[in-house]
Order: sequence, then C-alpha cells, then structure tokens
Amino acid sequence: MKTRDAVELAGRNLRESVLRNSLTTTGIAVGVASLVAMLSLGVGLQQLANRRLTRSGLFNTVFVFRQQRDRGPGGRRGMRGDSDAAQPSSPQTPQQPPRLVDEAARQEIAQLPGVAEVYPDIRFQGELRAGDRAQITTLGSLPPSARDNDAFETLKGSYFSAPAAGEVILRREFAELLADKPESLIGQNVTLRYAEREPMKPGQTTEEYDAGTVGFGFSVVPRERTLKVVGIVDEEPFGGFRGNSDALIPTALAEDLHAAQPAGLREIVGGGSGREQYTSLVVRVSSPSGVQKVEDGIKQKGFGTFSLLDATKSLRRFFTILDLFLGIFGSLALAVASLGIVNTLVMAILERRREIGIMKAIGASDTDVRRLFFAEAGAMGFCGGALGVALGWMIGRIINAGTNLYLRNHQLPSEQIWSVPWWLVGGAIVFALVVSLVSGLYPAARAARLDPVQALRYD
Amino acid sequence: MATHPHSEQLAPVAAQNAVAVEVRDAARHYAMGATLVRALDGVSLTIAAREFVCLLGSSGSGKSTLLNIIAGLDRPTAGQVTIFGRELAGMASQELARYRRETVGIVFQSFNLIPTMSVEENVELPLRFAEVERAERSGRTRLALDRVRLSHRVSHRPSELSGGEQQRVAIARALVNRPSLLLADEPTGNLDSRTGEEIMNLLREFNRELGMTVVMVTHERSLADRFADRMLFLADGKLVPERSERSG
Repeated sequence: MKTRDAVELAGRNLRESVLRNSLTTTGIAVGVASLVAMLSLGVGLQQLANRRLTRSGLFNTVFVFRQQRDRGPGGRRGMRGDSDAAQPSSPQTPQQPPRLVDEAARQEIAQLPGVAEVYPDIRFQGELRAGDRAQITTLGSLPPSARDNDAFETLKGSYFSAPAAGEVILRREFAELLADKPESLIGQNVTLRYAEREPMKPGQTTEEYDAGTVGFGFSVVPRERTLKVVGIVDEEPFGGFRGNSDALIPTALAEDLHAAQPAGLREIVGGGSGREQYTSLVVRVSSPSGVQKVEDGIKQKGFGTFSLLDATKSLRRFFTILDLFLGIFGSLALAVASLGIVNTLVMAILERRREIGIMKAIGASDTDVRRLFFAEAGAMGFCGGALGVALGWMIGRIINAGTNLYLRNHQLPSEQIWSVPWWLVGGAIVFALVVSLVSGLYPAARAARLDPVQALRYD
Repeated sequence: MATHPHSEQLAPVAAQNAVAVEVRDAARHYAMGATLVRALDGVSLTIAAREFVCLLGSSGSGKSTLLNIIAGLDRPTAGQVTIFGRELAGMASQELARYRRETVGIVFQSFNLIPTMSVEENVELPLRFAEVERAERSGRTRLALDRVRLSHRVSHRPSELSGGEQQRVAIARALVNRPSLLLADEPTGNLDSRTGEEIMNLLREFNRELGMTVVMVTHERSLADRFADRMLFLADGKLVPERSERSG
C-alpha cells in the first residue's frame, strides 16, 4: 500500500471514532502544550536575561586604546616606549608597531566582521552654567544607539533629538547642584565653557622648550556653547563603567567641539603627529558571543583592547540546564499522553479485528496493516502536536499578560518573559510525532500479527 | 446467456494451466486444550482450470478450513497445496499476501464488507493494497460494480443495502483484481433462495465468461447440483464418497 493511501485510510478511520480519537489527540496536545509552555518560559527567561545584559552595554563592548608598550614584564621602561621597535612583545599579541587611535583606526575597526558600531569615547572637563549657578564637571558623550541602554529606561524628558543636536542630558545628582528642582531644567538652556584644541596651521611654530625635540602641535582656546537640557537621568549609563561624567552630550557634537582631552597631553610629551587622536574608541559588537573574535581582530592590528569576560557564556550554560529540566518536566505529560495513544490503538485493534481480517483476506500484507496503524498514530501525534503548540502559545500569552499586569501594578516596566521560537514550534510537533510513532509500534505490530482466519471468525 | 460487454477487461490475467488447484495430503490440526482437533486430515484433490467445484459437507467437516488453506489465509500442518503451479507452503507471509491479492478473490457468507466505507470504497480497497494507480482504480471499480449490476448504488454504505446487494458488492470486490481463482465460502448462506440463486448465477457467469476457476463451499446440495461441474464431499476432515456424506 502506498503511503498516501495509508494516510487516507488512517484519516477516515480516525474520523469514524471521533470522540475517542479526539480525546487521545487532546491528551497529546496537553502534553505538548506543557512541554512548549515549560520550554518557552526557559527560553523567554534566557532572552530576558540576555537582553538585560546586552542593554547594560557592558558585555557587547570592546574598548580600544593605544597599546602600552612601555609596560613590559620588566616594569616601566621609560616614557618613550612608543617608538621603540626593539621592545619584546607579550606572548599573546603578535609583534606590531603600536597604532594611533585616530579616525583612520576607527574606519578600519568598523570594517571588521561582527562590529556594529565604532565611536570615540570623548570625555572632557567643562563648566556648565544655568542661570546664576555654575559647576565644573566632566562631560561624556554618547551615540544615538546608547538610547537602548538600561540607564535611560527611567529617563525624564527625552534622549538627544539628533546625532549632533546641541543638547545635554544631566545626571540627577549633578542637576540638583544647578537647580533645586532638576526637572525644571528640562527645556532650559545652559552654557558650556570648555577648552578647544585648535591644531596649528602648517608652517606655524611653537616655542621650543628643549632643542626643538618636543612640540605642542596645537593650542588651547577657551570657548562657550549654549546647550539645551533635554533629559535628566538617575543612573550613570553603562553602570558608570566608562568613567564618571555628570553631563552627557551627543558623540557627534562632542567631536565637533574639538575639546582638549587628556590624550592630547601624550602629544605634548611624546612628540605628536599633529593629528587629532582619541583617548579610546568604543566598539559595539553585534552579539556578546562575538566579542572575543572582534577583540582578537583589533589586537592583531596593533591596538590595546579591553572587554569584560563574556558573562553570557555562563548564563547560557545555566539556561541550558534549566531548559533541560523544564523540558523533562514538560515531557512527563507527553509520556502520559503516549500511553493514551497505545491504549486507543490497542482498543482499535480489538474493535477492528474483523476489519483487519477482511483486509488481509483481500490482499493486505502484514506491512500494510502495520503501516495503517502507524499512520493513525502519526496522524494523532501530528494533530496533537500542532494543537499543543497553539495551546502552549496561548498559555504563554496569558501568563505573560498576567505577569505584566502584576509588574504594572508594582510600577515596574513590562517585560517579555515568554518566547516561542520557531525551532520550538517545529521541534515540538516533530517530537509529538516521534513519540506517537514509538507508541504506535506495539499496537501496529500486534495488528499486523493478527491471524486472518481467527480475525474473520470474530464477531 | 449473453456475453457481457466488459468480459475481456475483467478476464483473469494469469496464465491458464490445465491444473488450477492441487492439494496433496493436506492436514490441518489444532490443539484445543489437551485434545488435538483434526480439522483437515489428509485431503488430496485436483481442480482443473475453469472448473466450477462445490465442496459439500456438514459444519465441522473441514470444508471451510480447506478453502482457507487454498485461499492462503491458513497454512496446512502437513501436505502440499499448489495453485497454478505455485507451492503455497513455501511462501513467506508477504508473498502469500501478494498471492491473495493477485490470484485469488474471496467471497464470504457474512459478506465481510467494511461498514464504514461506501460501496465504491469497499470495492476499491483491494486495488489500494495492490498499489494500482489512482487514475486506473475508479475505472476498474466501476467496471466490477457494473458486472454485478450495482452501478447505481456506489455511494451507499453496506448497511443501506439488502443482503443480496451486499453479497454482490463483495463479489465485485473479489473480482476487481482480476483473479484466476474465485473462492466462495457459503455465499448464499445468509440469503433467501431467490437471492441466493441470483448470486449463483453471477458466479456461474464469471466461470463461463471470464474463465475463472470457482471453488465454492456450501451445504446446500440442490444448489451444487444445479451449478457445479463437480462436487466434492468432506466429512471429519476427509474427502468421502457421496453416499457417506451426512446431509446437513
């Protein structure tokens, strides 16, 4: 008998005893639903944890700075190590001349696979004045993508309206120094005073300090700029990991300001190239698991790097174990359901004994009979699986809605703790099918073994 | 009797040997508790191709057992059964199923139609097992139903038909795979005498027109007298001369 015929006959047999077969199928569906529910909870929690870690911006970031060649194993070897090519390199990094962290480096790193974004970490001293109050502080800079950082979940006001907008976000603690009610500052203008680094024009000379070996390469000019306060933030973005700054401006604006940074001092003492350099670059990697590869690639190019150990790795291990146990608990219901299939099919054999005898008498082989019962088990498994996935998905939606209601009542932002990925949908249906086919093994073999003469005598 | 228009299409495809059925010392013993039941006890017979043979005997005489063995539904405990030159005893169960599918058509006393299927589906079922192409199936099903004059009831369920009609569906089902050997186990047993005669006429028609060898089990001597070419009598699992057959 061809498979299509077997499926067709199985389908009509299942329709003949609708109640019993739909009860059995529902049993499988409940089993699959519990499996899907358990696993989607596991997957959802894992994604939630991953999302939180990613939004913290700590685990998908590589910091790039100029390699510190002058700190070899023998301790400090002097201040001019940068140009000393005879330095032994550390075993981890191949011997490369130290590279300048400048615009060219930024472009080059941005080309590496897995890199989502590269931007300079610009940090400088400045004075902010609001009305009659003024405070000297450190200003930091952030690109538009930092909007997703968890620090901004409780942002009062808004994030920067444009990549280079003349806007500033203040930390609450700092804003309290400028105004009694920090929120009142939102929408107000503040004045920023800072030191601009003005490069020397070609041919321009500086005063020589030491026989013409050291040059400044740039001069420092005081500037003023008016900025609009758009937001007040409670926490330091990135957990304060990138150094404290009380006021945040868009990265593109910070670049535009050409504020003098600590890195500029290196040029004063180390013979600068005259080109503007960054203190460090921040490399955002597409996923935490890609950090190691990107970091290695950057090291290869001769830069110094720093990143936090990929915390998601141990998280993944934890969740794999959690998923395994949730899966086992979920499967228990399916195991019970599989007994239902065995029972239904064994009953069907008793009931259809005569029919099996007739089929054998008119030419059905043992294989045909076995295939027919197998197809019935498979059909119940498939339908149960599909129904179960839908049911599991619905349970998930309900629990998710319930959780969010609870979170909202406690003034907490809503969260997606539930996730049914496609592999789980496909996997659950295939699993239900396999379990059903395995359950069908015994009844099918029993039906195939039936002696046609005895079966025909049976009334 | 007029030749049926579809005679050629329904004619058996198997080569016609001179001998259709040859049974040598066939025995079928069952253990029933401590006693050994000799349902068949050393039967030897030969049936020629295109012959219409009736097996007569009272109940328990072993005639159904013999028919089941010829049908390949049962295996003899001892002896040989050769159908159109092929020995059944040596066949594996798959081969035996194939033999039932291709060489034999069986009709039972209790019709044995599948109640949940329509007339058409019942007749089509052997074609599914024989893996006949879908396109060819409906044509052959119609032809077989035509042959038993039931073309107008294809979508009915067996329970909606009279006994005679049900038996005609069963005959169409037995016919649809173009068997060389038609076996009938008391085909008129559940029918009134007029309907029974209709069925016997059909069997006779197939025997004559399609060249099918017919082996029929019955206990109705009168029917056998009128339709069979030859009668064989069984009693206590043995072939007996006509006289010692206890009438049933």
